[in-house]
Amino acid sequence: MPVLRPARAARGRLASRTVPALSSGQEKVFESVALSQEDEQLLEALRRGDDAAFATLVDRHSSAMLHLASSYVRSRAVAEEVVQDAWVSVLRGIGRFEGRSSLKTWIFRILTNTAKTRAQREGRTVPFSDLAPEIEGGEPAVEPERFLDASHAGRAGWWAAPPRRWADESPSEQLFARETRERISRAIGALPPMQRVVLTLRDVEGWAAPEVCEALELSGENQRVLLHRARSRVRRSLERFVEGEEAR
Amino acid sequence: MSSSTGLTCKQFVELVTDYLEGALSEADHERFEQHVADCDSCPIYVEQIQQTIRMAGALTEESLSPEARGVLLHAFRDWAR
Repeated sequence: MPVLRPARAARGRLASRTVPALSSGQEKVFESVALSQEDEQLLEALRRGDDAAFATLVDRHSSAMLHLASSYVRSRAVAEEVVQDAWVSVLRGIGRFEGRSSLKTWIFRILTNTAKTRAQREGRTVPFSDLAPEIEGGEPAVEPERFLDASHAGRAGWWAAPPRRWADESPSEQLFARETRERISRAIGALPPMQRVVLTLRDVEGWAAPEVCEALELSGENQRVLLHRARSRVRRSLERFVEGEEAR
Repeated sequence: MSSSTGLTCKQFVELVTDYLEGALSEADHERFEQHVADCDSCPIYVEQIQQTIRMAGALTEESLSPEARGVLLHAFRDWAR
């Protein structure tokens, strides 16, 4: 699943799809316990029916919601449906939202539950239900043959083929070149699903570790293992790309 | 800490994420930083991981199709009525 996506499939299908109607009679009782001021203001705006506030909220979270939903379901089109359905549930439940977590955390819990239900209906194994394959017995961060072996007394485990500095730190040129972006995007897309979603939320979306743990119901340690594997793999892929460029 | 407990590069690369996440024990944190001081290549490795993180952060984000977004805003207006 590429992260950069030029075109969008299944437009017609989504355009014609209707979301379940929401009756206006649903309770809109707003209580909060310890919400941030920003969340308080957002809730207040939603209660007033401020559609600009809702649009802002949707736009703010759509990217991460789509990434997350995509790790549970088969296609981009279904992921969009999951995101839509989750927002409908958010509106339905907002009267009961008590502010025991941040608004964001609450929204993403609803999303995760919606995605899980949908994945089960599709007969798919729900990711994160079995962490073992991506956590245990994992591959090393760097190919073992790049380190000196035991025959090098006193230097065993040190670099035999050390990493070479990548082109100068000028993000505008080398780092952001279109080919590089495509390469990193493909490398992320090729990660196992759990590594992919953790790296995407952390590094592409810029979430903090505790937010990812909460949304995905991961322990801090498992989150770090997945992130480590994912970053190591993407670095290796970029290294092959950079070295290939230099050899040309 | 004696040098016999120092890290090899092979061990070092497995600790980079925990280091960046601030999840190393005090002793491992110290061994990690000692290795950075002792090794010419591992700082380059850490730099590459940091470049990888920055590049990932520069990728374009996903967005809902305009149609899906429109349906949602419509649903909100109905709800708010």
